[in-house]
Amino acid sequence: MFLNALLLQAGYNAALVSLGAGLLGFAAGCVGAFVNLRRRALVSDAMAHATLPGVGLAFLLMAAFGGEGRNLAGLLAGAALSAALGLLAVQRLTRTRLPEDTAIGAVLSTFYGAGIVILTVIQNLDVGRPAGLEGFLLGSTAGMLRGDALLIAGGGAVTLLLLAALARPLALAAFDPGHARMMGLSPRLLDMVLMLMTLAVVLLGLRVVGLILIVALLITPATAARYWSDRAPRVALIGGGIGALSGHVGAALSASLPDLPTGPVIVLLAFAAFLFSALFAPRRGLITRALNRRSLRRASRGTARGASRGAA
Amino acid sequence: MDGSEFVPLTLPPMVIALLAALSCAGPGNFLILRRQAMLGDAMSHVVLPGIVAAFLLSGSASPPILLAGALAAAALSAALIEAIRRLGGTDPGAAMGITFTAMFAAGVLMLELSGAASVHLDVEHALYGNLEGLIWLDATGWASLLDIAALGGLPPELPALALVAGLILATLRIFHRPLAIATFDEGFATSLGIPTRLLSAGLVALTALAAVAAFSAVGSILTIAMLICPPATARLLTDDLGRQIRLSLGLAALAAVAGTVAAGYLPLFLGLSFTVSASGMIATVSGLGLALAATLSPRRHGHGQRG
Amino acid sequence: MTDVTPLARSTTPAEFAAPEAVLTLTGMTVAYAAAPAIEDVTARFAKGAMTAIIGPNGAGKSTLLKATLGLLPTVSGKVEAFGLPLARALPRIAYVPQRASVDWDFPARVLDVVLMGLYRQTGALGRIGKAETARATECLSRVGMEAFADRQIGALSGGQQQRVFLARALAQGADLYLLDEPFAGVDAATESAIITVLKSLRDEGRSIIAVHHDLATVPAYFDRVLLLNRRLVAEGTVATTFRQALVAQTYGAALPGTIPA
Repeated sequence: MFLNALLLQAGYNAALVSLGAGLLGFAAGCVGAFVNLRRRALVSDAMAHATLPGVGLAFLLMAAFGGEGRNLAGLLAGAALSAALGLLAVQRLTRTRLPEDTAIGAVLSTFYGAGIVILTVIQNLDVGRPAGLEGFLLGSTAGMLRGDALLIAGGGAVTLLLLAALARPLALAAFDPGHARMMGLSPRLLDMVLMLMTLAVVLLGLRVVGLILIVALLITPATAARYWSDRAPRVALIGGGIGALSGHVGAALSASLPDLPTGPVIVLLAFAAFLFSALFAPRRGLITRALNRRSLRRASRGTARGASRGAA
Repeated sequence: MDGSEFVPLTLPPMVIALLAALSCAGPGNFLILRRQAMLGDAMSHVVLPGIVAAFLLSGSASPPILLAGALAAAALSAALIEAIRRLGGTDPGAAMGITFTAMFAAGVLMLELSGAASVHLDVEHALYGNLEGLIWLDATGWASLLDIAALGGLPPELPALALVAGLILATLRIFHRPLAIATFDEGFATSLGIPTRLLSAGLVALTALAAVAAFSAVGSILTIAMLICPPATARLLTDDLGRQIRLSLGLAALAAVAGTVAAGYLPLFLGLSFTVSASGMIATVSGLGLALAATLSPRRHGHGQRG
Repeated sequence: MTDVTPLARSTTPAEFAAPEAVLTLTGMTVAYAAAPAIEDVTARFAKGAMTAIIGPNGAGKSTLLKATLGLLPTVSGKVEAFGLPLARALPRIAYVPQRASVDWDFPARVLDVVLMGLYRQTGALGRIGKAETARATECLSRVGMEAFADRQIGALSGGQQQRVFLARALAQGADLYLLDEPFAGVDAATESAIITVLKSLRDEGRSIIAVHHDLATVPAYFDRVLLLNRRLVAEGTVATTFRQALVAQTYGAALPGTIPA
């Protein structure tokens, strides 16, 4: 069953979902490489948690107007609005004396708390079936519609194209904003575009990975990739590859074990790739570096002995 | 006020929320000054795998065993974050994100695969706690507060959290001075013979203890909110560390009480016949307080000289 | 241009040959990641003298200071001060870190920072009473900052911050002062106030070691220099060691003509 799913033989829908998850993972890994360069890893976490009130309100609104509360596009529109609001709140808070991580934590917990309040309202109002909403916390591909999978795959592809077009200016601005400005680029605008792409990944990932863990798909593959290369474009591609593999295999796995929430499976696969990279990557991997350090220590002991012999 | 409904149903969750809020807000002051605010986020996420692993390994759901599991998971995650940060030269934010997502994911999977969900452990509970469920059935009214037999029927979370809150606040009081010096200037503190590493580890341990103790009652989300929002609000209101800590405790208590009341009575007031999540409401209230301070406090801007 | 000739400096006590050492480092190596930041440094610092640690950017000057105090892990090396191992000598040493190494928006007043220097006396819970406050105020007045005692530290200028750091070190009543770039980014008035205080400490028989980057002021401010570029280049009096050839060797380049040949 798992092998079938992995090789896209488990039915058209399952194949679409795991391909969509793979494409999402690819986009997340690539975007994550630039998020890491700008050291904005946890901003994306705040953004992800800030989607919850939007998801809840969109559900209520759609249900109130007699629509299907679970329409993914509608829920994502609500999520996008409240995530943007959360991002704005982080930016406003960092303009006070509070450091960025405090602003992130405050926004993350407040928006999430408000989202939980709205979720309990939905549960109590007994409008439609709120069951689909829990999938937004930890991700669930079970019962995903064909249109949802297409939306995720298509969104991932568009994000990737945008990233490919902007990779060079983004890398330039991340490395040296001052120089980028001299080259006629606007680092602020590029930062906004990067945050927009991050938002796209977060939204597309809500249904597959869930808002609590989507941050992992952005940063874990990209950080793992950093062990394999020092060059930004290559880091992005390798990160994308790890993300794609985690997304695809994870979705296939959870399709064959329907009880498993998809998000945690994907995240653990990405983490395994990270561990492997941290240990075994040539040059930057831990094992290589431990060997280097030992030879350095031996060399310093050698020179010390040489010096004392010289003194005598 | 008529106590026959308030005392058994609203008072215990309120007091428990209050104690959890105090436990978290205390260490939170130092976390935000050390740029470690997200450590609380990480800690509250890794409690879940710790508890699940402890339950699966021991087969027992007794609080001390679960507590030990959670603390062990917290220690493991702290070590992992440090290792990823140092050995890989990774940005601390990314190191934290990688660690706590992986551990939380592992916790969820262990939970789902083992069927431990049948013993009061489930993911939703972990996320938003079960504050409303902590009621005091033995109470009949205000008089029950003096009734020893009825007091015995209090939810066990209440005395446990009271103990933890007392322990955390007393520890912070005792180590306030060295902790403040080490937070301001670590190198100088080391040269004074202050064991800065031990203090950092101690602060992580206190945070973990607060997260673990608060977790079962109020869930991870409120833990993060209480670790960060009240101290951050206080930070915007004063320039004196001692005053900041006292203020943050007051704000945390206020948010806990106001949030519980709002969760229980606001929907009724609006003509709806149900209550909403108290944890979520407390987090929301504390966030609104921060927003207010960030817009209005005359001290909201720093002095613009950051090292 | 320096108007102080090496000869004029020869009256300082540190000029005598083979001075007693206040601090000795033996075979110290420190590495960040894989590359050594300082390598096999063995040095003696003279007692009762003002010694400047000089070298180009990235030479490991601050690293040497931090490793000496045990603030950085060393690959190898031994530190002795006052003839004692570091841990036992630490109470007699005061450290003034780089001003930029702390967050000046920290919620504290000027007096609170100076009181930190009395930690060895007050401990975690000891009372801070009139005597302690008076001592801290006196240290502040030595650096000309007594009027600022109740000021928020974030409201100070760079020079004032540096003086507060020095006052905190004074409060420690140490016999050896290690300062990391004490004159970096401070105004002229602060620079002269600091050097006056340091010289008076030296004249009381205490020892000063400072990481210093302004070569032009070396002869006027210091008795001895230690030239460092990852490895020790030379150590000695300003007259014998602060020479064109040695300094050029340290910096790996020719330097402006203010340094005696």
